[in-house]
Amino acid sequence: MLTSLHKQLLNDYQRDFPIAARPYQDIADALGVNEDDVLSAFTELNDNNFISRIGPVIPPNHIGVSALLAMSVPEQQLQAVADKISAYPEVNHNYEREHRFNLWFVVIASDAEHLLAVIDSIEQETSYKTMQLPMLDDFFIDLGFKLDLNND
Amino acid sequence: MIDARDRQLLEHIQFGLPICASPYAEIGRLCDMPEAEVIERLTRLKQQGLIKRMGVIVKHRQLGYRANAMIVWNVPDSLVKQLGGHISRFSFVTLCYQRPRQPEWPYNLYCMIHGKDRATVLAQLEQLVDACGLNGFDKEALFSLRCFKQRGAIYQNPTPALADG
Repeated sequence: MLTSLHKQLLNDYQRDFPIAARPYQDIADALGVNEDDVLSAFTELNDNNFISRIGPVIPPNHIGVSALLAMSVPEQQLQAVADKISAYPEVNHNYEREHRFNLWFVVIASDAEHLLAVIDSIEQETSYKTMQLPMLDDFFIDLGFKLDLNND
Repeated sequence: MIDARDRQLLEHIQFGLPICASPYAEIGRLCDMPEAEVIERLTRLKQQGLIKRMGVIVKHRQLGYRANAMIVWNVPDSLVKQLGGHISRFSFVTLCYQRPRQPEWPYNLYCMIHGKDRATVLAQLEQLVDACGLNGFDKEALFSLRCFKQRGAIYQNPTPALADG
């Protein structure tokens, strides 16, 4: 069960987590609780897999390069192909979607050469071609995601 | 701009800030940097917009947001920036990118909507179409089924990196 402290931490600290010597103490002061309460609550959120991490979000292609790739894979082979792709450390998202192109994944690499090498290796290993969709422009101003946690 | 020490710092912090009293000191120990320098560099990177946001990265699925659609549109290239800017102002939109068309794929504008269920996402999509004047343009909504892998973008050596492709 999420407590009201969990909910506040999830919703209010996506964007401006304190960058200061004692950030959890600063949050505790703002919320009127103890630093230990905040540390325990974040540990619980992490242990229960509600957060992937606390950290910076960096705009794509400022450091390194990335591309969205799509594949069209017969249903019986989808899990096996997806597992091969997920095994690459350069792959950070890998989803099945409802479409003729049914497998969608993102590859992140240090430079264009590395990116192409990974894509080439994936195509050879799975024997499926990829449709390559690099990002041209990013319009999104990431302010975090407003969660409605009241009905859970 | 990002210098070599910034990169080194980002490489160590990309796996997440430790949950302990002095997490920036801990990161500093990992990359041989004084705590004050870690804080100063992160503050500057955020001010410069090289860190888009600093904070909690939530797992939508685990928090009840199980419906996720990637919406793709075919819009005139001359309008893509303006429409992208408009779409990205809606709070339920979690990504908004331009990508190149491909021979079997006429779409050039992408956004992601996360919602608690499919009906909500479709209603939000309708709201977006009306508000942004997207009615006349071809689109598809690709709902996600299985999630095979999801993690914050993590860069392989020698370079760190981050936001989701």
